[in-house]
Amino acid sequence: MYFNVAVIGGGPAGMAAALAAEKKGCSVVVFERDKRLGGILNQCIHNGFGLHYFKEELTGPEYAARFAERVKNAPGITVYDEAMVLSVTPERTVTALSPYAGLITVEAGATVLAMGCRERTAGAIALTGTRPVGIYTAGTAQRLINVDGYSVGKEAVILGSGDIGLIMARRMTFEGVRVKLVLELMPYSSGLKRNIVQCLDDFEIPILYGHTITRVEGAERLRRIYYAEVGEDIRPKPETEKYVDCDTLLLSVGLIPENDLINGIGIKMNPLTSGAVADEYRQTSVPGIFAAGNVLHVHDLVDNVSAEAELAGSAAADYAKGVLSHGEACAVKVGAGVRYTVPQTVYRGTGKVDVYFRTDGVYKNKTLKAESGGETVFSKHRLILTPGEMERIEIDKSKLKDSLTLRLE
Amino acid sequence: MEKYDVIIIGGGVVGAAVIDRLAKYELRCLLLEAGSDVAYGSSRANSGIIHAGYDAETGTLKARFNREGNRALWNIARELDVPHIKTGSLVVGTAEQLPMLQKLKARGDLNGVVTEIIGRAEILKKERNVADGIEYALYAQEAGVISPYKLTIGYADRAVTNGAVIKLNSAVTAVFGRRGNFRVHCADGAQYAADTVVNAAGAGAAEINRIAGAEPLTVTYQKGEYYVLDQTERKNISTIIFPLPNEFGKGILAAPTADGNVIYGPTAEPTVNGDTSVDAGGLDKIKKQLAVTYKTPDYRKSIRLYAGLRTICGMDFVIEQSKLKDGFSYLAGICSPGLTSAPAIAEYVVNELVAPFKALVPKKNCVTVMPKHKRLKELTAAEIKERVRADEAWGRVICRCESVTEAEIVAAIRSPLSAVTVDAVKRRVRAGMGRCQGGFCMPRVLEILARETGVPETEITKCGKGTEIVFPRG
Ligand SMILES: Cc1cc2nc3c(=O)[nH]c(=O)nc-3n(C[C@H](O)[C@H](O)[C@H](O)COP(=O)(O)OP(=O)(O)OC[C@H]3O[C@@H](n4cnc5c(N)ncnc54)[C@H](O)[C@@H]3O)c2cc1C
Ligand SMILES: Cc1cc2nc3c(=O)[nH]c(=O)nc-3n(C[C@H](O)[C@H](O)[C@H](O)COP(=O)(O)OP(=O)(O)OC[C@H]3O[C@@H](n4cnc5c(N)ncnc54)[C@H](O)[C@@H]3O)c2cc1C
Repeated sequence: MYFNVAVIGGGPAGMAAALAAEKKGCSVVVFERDKRLGGILNQCIHNGFGLHYFKEELTGPEYAARFAERVKNAPGITVYDEAMVLSVTPERTVTALSPYAGLITVEAGATVLAMGCRERTAGAIALTGTRPVGIYTAGTAQRLINVDGYSVGKEAVILGSGDIGLIMARRMTFEGVRVKLVLELMPYSSGLKRNIVQCLDDFEIPILYGHTITRVEGAERLRRIYYAEVGEDIRPKPETEKYVDCDTLLLSVGLIPENDLINGIGIKMNPLTSGAVADEYRQTSVPGIFAAGNVLHVHDLVDNVSAEAELAGSAAADYAKGVLSHGEACAVKVGAGVRYTVPQTVYRGTGKVDVYFRTDGVYKNKTLKAESGGETVFSKHRLILTPGEMERIEIDKSKLKDSLTLRLE
Repeated sequence: MEKYDVIIIGGGVVGAAVIDRLAKYELRCLLLEAGSDVAYGSSRANSGIIHAGYDAETGTLKARFNREGNRALWNIARELDVPHIKTGSLVVGTAEQLPMLQKLKARGDLNGVVTEIIGRAEILKKERNVADGIEYALYAQEAGVISPYKLTIGYADRAVTNGAVIKLNSAVTAVFGRRGNFRVHCADGAQYAADTVVNAAGAGAAEINRIAGAEPLTVTYQKGEYYVLDQTERKNISTIIFPLPNEFGKGILAAPTADGNVIYGPTAEPTVNGDTSVDAGGLDKIKKQLAVTYKTPDYRKSIRLYAGLRTICGMDFVIEQSKLKDGFSYLAGICSPGLTSAPAIAEYVVNELVAPFKALVPKKNCVTVMPKHKRLKELTAAEIKERVRADEAWGRVICRCESVTEAEIVAAIRSPLSAVTVDAVKRRVRAGMGRCQGGFCMPRVLEILARETGVPETEITKCGKGTEIVFPRG
């Protein structure tokens, strides 16, 4: 089977990419391993989605449903659900497995990776102590509660202040769980400010920054967690150790782009994002393979995911038709205070290009600067910048020289 | 009361190997295991090394059973379809440590184990990532790795296939009577009668001897902590890298696992029975000691920590006929190399401890080779297509990290020793063993277990009573 564009993953990124490619007249196939489209949004029953994209506040499933409806009505898009992609080659042969269609192989003119991300686990952070039940990643607990309709415990502690953990603090409180404490290793939250306010402060759930769990206790079921303040070296200070009794621990300690599928096919990766290195069109180092959404870098807002994926889907369509062209490449470099940027390459030309980035710490009263060829091409004063909120700047492509450097001053 | 010829207490690799062997004879055999699955004690948490056998003191049971076990295990692993790899092993040392390596080699010679001492150039051909100061190594080609819990499960499945009975969640609380007339009580109130009893309760063996009125045993416990690394680390290591053994044991190793991960460990910390927690201090020791032998440990690729419990009863394995209790035998202190030795221990137990009481009449039509369960990853495209056509569950991938389909999970639930907990499924088919540690698939596995066993999801456990995963709302 041949399609102009094959999209791997049917979350918000995959759906937006597929729609954008179809709009350009392409035949598109979408593979989604779950029973339905929507990705992680299907379990995010809280609202706060779509403020930018639809200019109204939707729940996750509502946001997803709007896209899913459009995908269903797009004549040029074929969707395989319950179809897990097993492999993709640099030549863009995509193989998927489904209970209904069996083994499916398609050749594609361009491929968009939109596999989302997964959560870091207790093992990944080397959580010490016993290994009882009652320890869940926040997203797994979210699924068990919101989708499967169960409860997971009575008294909870949350490690990490990622958005899912914050959302779950509120969600569990609604479910009658006592959320006793949130612990965050860093001196700042990795989640959105609005979630700290709406999910913790509003419910008087305490959060301790610069603290971590030192060990967990409990034979069958979790019974207690020990925690301590961390020093400059981010290692716990034993003399500050305290404990709190709980039967549930949620881990919200980071998301990792789900890139196992492209392991070993020669796509250049960025160790800072754990996603592929990508250019302005979200094209990876392997021509014809594009990436968008959480598989490329972890986003906080689905609106940004949709926007990024439309860009990638549209460029993938151009690539498939052989009309993707661009000006001279200009590398995007990180300067003081900037952790990473996406994209990592932009092109000279006309019009504007958005560059997304995160800072490497909390900064107050800084000027955000972008320079190219020794000249300032963007400058803006900011009261506060935190790693938990992805930033975006708009660059005039005609001003680009050999490279573009972002930094805080 | 159900009556048996032989009751075995404890379903670790030793108990399972014993019942597998006994099931080949016209005997009614029962194995009682306290846990919710076999391999609930040290047999599930160890290094999984098939030791070559140069290490044990010459003339001990350890030396004998290690050598014999090693010879038997490769074939048994094939019969039982247990993942294993003959990787060979290296005990590595600096130039100054050469005499100690030579001493180790001499012991290997006495134990009848083939080894050779090789220099750095040869080492690098076998293992390019040994640490810089390493100049010599003792190479043992007969060493390898095996999945220890799959071996135990494999033995148990074959024993059940051949007519033996295995009861899980059956902690033995009392043993009354004597030869020809034993009564064994379990915590759940069940009672069983038997002519002979074999105590293979591992960490619980001393307690079983005590309640049965057999010889008192003095045991100590030691835990061994590990890191498990992502499969992406497998490319960095091809053999087992040991440091020189010291008074605490074989030291911190780096090794591939038979399933394609990598482990670093174990520590050797004195502790109490039941403690398999992992301490930050232990992890620091691993980091420090491994740096001496292995150049490229990557702790960021950790996907899991675990610890196993060694039960030590003197210097050697203790495998005895009770003199105080006629018809009762016991095994104690089966620590390393107990996994490797299991086939030989089982043969010894059957011939020396059971045969004096029971005539061993071979059963007809015994199953020797168990059906091979291919994983999705091992199937060709044509095979996958054929399977999905016959059963759509072969097309439904449940565990993303390990590519495990619904069909494989259902097969594990329907296997001879049925998997009825999330952990039991995980050990049999690896759903949840990967880098996301069940984050995605655990809810689906719960669903399939509930559907297949008819038990509500709220009563499905991770690993036995008290480990329920979800609760009814409200
Ligand atoms: C708990 C939570 C709360 C959030 N809260 C908000 C909020 O309040 N407001 C907001 O704007 N944003 C929020 N976000 C962020 C936003 O929802 C996500 O960034 C967005 O859903 C990411 O979209 P995606 O398509 O990249 O990934 P996903 O939604 O994860 O979709 C990826 C899809 O790919 C599929 N897939 C992966 N691998 C394969 C394969 N091999 N074969 C086939 N299919 C595959 C997956 O099944 C999945 O459906 C939240 C996110 C989470 C997790
Ligand atoms: C850290 C570590 C690393 C090791 N590495 C290796 C290695 O690399 N190679 C090797 O060859 N060996 C190794 N060993 C040794 C090997 O793991 C053991 O020798 C072997 O697993 C012992 O098996 P077992 O059946 O005697 O005991 P166990 O596996 O402990 O089984 C005993 C069983 O009895 C059950 N039980 C206890 N009390 C009762 C009761 N009252 N009623 C019913 N059931 C009960 C327990 O639940 C348990 O399942 C290692 C051991 C450890 C701890």
